[in-house]
Amino acid sequence: MKILIIEDEAELQEVIRQSLEKESFLVETASDYTSALDKIISFNYDCILLDIMIPGGSGLDILQELKDLDKSDNVIIISAKDSLDDKLTGLDLGADDYLTKPFHIAELNARIKSVLRRKSFGGKNTIELANVKLDTDDRTVHIAGELLVLNRKEFDILSYMIVNKNRLVNKTSLAEHVWGDHMDEADDYEFIYSQIKNLRKKLKDSQAGVEIQAVYGLGYKLVVL
Amino acid sequence: MKLLNHTLKYLSITLFVIITVWAAIFYINMLDEVYDSLDDGLDNYKLLVIQKAQEDSTILTKNDFAESNYEIRQIPEAVALRQKDIHVDTLMYMLNEEDFEPVRMLTSAFELNKRYYELKVISSMVEEDDLIEDLFYSLIWLYIALLASIIIVNNFLLKKTWQPFYLLLEQLRQFKLGKDPVIKPADTRVKEFKELNEAVSLLINQSLEAYNGQKQFIENASHELQTPLAISINKLELLSEKEDLTEANLMAIGQVIQTLERLTRLNKSLLLLSKIENKQFQYNEKVNFNSVFKTIIEEFTDFADYKNITFSYQENGQFLVGMNKNLSEIMVTNFIKNAIVHNIPNGFVRITVSSSSFSIQNSGSEVPLDRNHIFKRFNKRSNEKNSTGLGLAIVKAIANLYDLTIDYSYKKGHVMTVSSK
Repeated sequence: MKILIIEDEAELQEVIRQSLEKESFLVETASDYTSALDKIISFNYDCILLDIMIPGGSGLDILQELKDLDKSDNVIIISAKDSLDDKLTGLDLGADDYLTKPFHIAELNARIKSVLRRKSFGGKNTIELANVKLDTDDRTVHIAGELLVLNRKEFDILSYMIVNKNRLVNKTSLAEHVWGDHMDEADDYEFIYSQIKNLRKKLKDSQAGVEIQAVYGLGYKLVVL
Repeated sequence: MKLLNHTLKYLSITLFVIITVWAAIFYINMLDEVYDSLDDGLDNYKLLVIQKAQEDSTILTKNDFAESNYEIRQIPEAVALRQKDIHVDTLMYMLNEEDFEPVRMLTSAFELNKRYYELKVISSMVEEDDLIEDLFYSLIWLYIALLASIIIVNNFLLKKTWQPFYLLLEQLRQFKLGKDPVIKPADTRVKEFKELNEAVSLLINQSLEAYNGQKQFIENASHELQTPLAISINKLELLSEKEDLTEANLMAIGQVIQTLERLTRLNKSLLLLSKIENKQFQYNEKVNFNSVFKTIIEEFTDFADYKNITFSYQENGQFLVGMNKNLSEIMVTNFIKNAIVHNIPNGFVRITVSSSSFSIQNSGSEVPLDRNHIFKRFNKRSNEKNSTGLGLAIVKAIANLYDLTIDYSYKKGHVMTVSSK
């Protein structure tokens, strides 16, 4: 899987590259409009992370170019501007998602994988890990072929943890992903613990091949047993 | 007092004094002229009578006025020599008026054939009291007519002249920084008004520029902060995944990430606030607050359960407001978040929605809040470390944008009420 990061901020580019390489993606980078244009014309990528404000031009023009070239690369816009206009224009020009800076690595992972799933499996949205099989369309979980009944939040937690397997998922990131952005001022996110506890128990009872571990002070990590 | 009436007050006083003084001088002068004319007539008459007496001595026996205007009486020489021409006012019975009326009388003496005579000639006089009365009434009418014409001129002509001034005043009264419409002075040919308009326009433009510059600065600064924040948080997240970290190190990283997240929230809130004030939210629609409440309450259930807080929701009608959907959700979220965060264990949150308002009542500290300060920026109710102090300022800014009224009261709990005007 090949990913192109179009971002002028060198340090952010580097940190995203490192994170994506951990997920075994092949990562290329471009720091300005011209080099970005060169790359999208010459190569095909499974996913492009696109900053809107780049030196030499606008990320939206890159989107237009992709459309004109008739390329179906998946694009996720990463912008410092939480602007509805940019978002609508971007999505209109064929972008698949829009992420506002600053974001959590786990969230970026989840978005990239969601975009890739939609492309790779011809619309069939399933994630498999060990003996766990998640269907994100039907929102069902099977463990070793057996249906595991989860509530909405438990399902969201599990799917978020699975796409970020072996990665440390910050509890704020988890809370924002599952409970929405509104949860911000909620003190220390202790309330998510009870949901995690239930989910852990269900996974253990159905002898799932994965386990959610707590990382004290930071968040959680899903590991394959 | 209005400017028009102010000038009118001074004008009427001045006019009154001028007219009074003028009337006195005019009266004296006129009367003087009348006497002068009468006395000349009497002097002439006297000479005519004396001339006639030399030809016709019967005249000398006419010693009362009767039907004519003179009388003659013989007097001793000594008295006659002392006698000088005297003009006096006196009264005489007039048949037609059936009353004593003023007359002018000349008393003189003359000598004819070694005999001395006293001659009195009279002439009818103006009735002074009638004259004064006539003069007085005509002056009153003049005064009233003058005042009336001044009022008419003031009200029609001056009002029209002052129109640009009143227009500007009205616009200034309704002017609010950051709120449309901007002042548009009326065209005028009066130099002073032109200068006033120019001065006001200049002042307002400068204020607007400073205000917009400041708003823009907050927005730009917040945007510029997003990328460094992203780098810091993401780097720390990567760092925390390193295998060789001790638990203490992880804790420290976790704390720094939390602090950065707090900074991110603060930054986002500031950005949101300046975007609301810069009116960057469009896409207005008829928002149904009932459904917004239901959605947000659902999202907060876990949080409320964790804090053991009971929600109750009551509908007395559908509250519809034409506004941006996103902002309505932010508004409701901030209210509910506040109601939960500043609550007590086993507390309650009661939400009531009616067709023209909604209110959120929550248990909490038993001290009513200062309603003048709670909606101000960075006014923290508690030392709640995760609170940005901007939640209610954002709510207030949204309410202002859509002409909604927010009210705080304390009735067995803190009550926030939002109603449409």
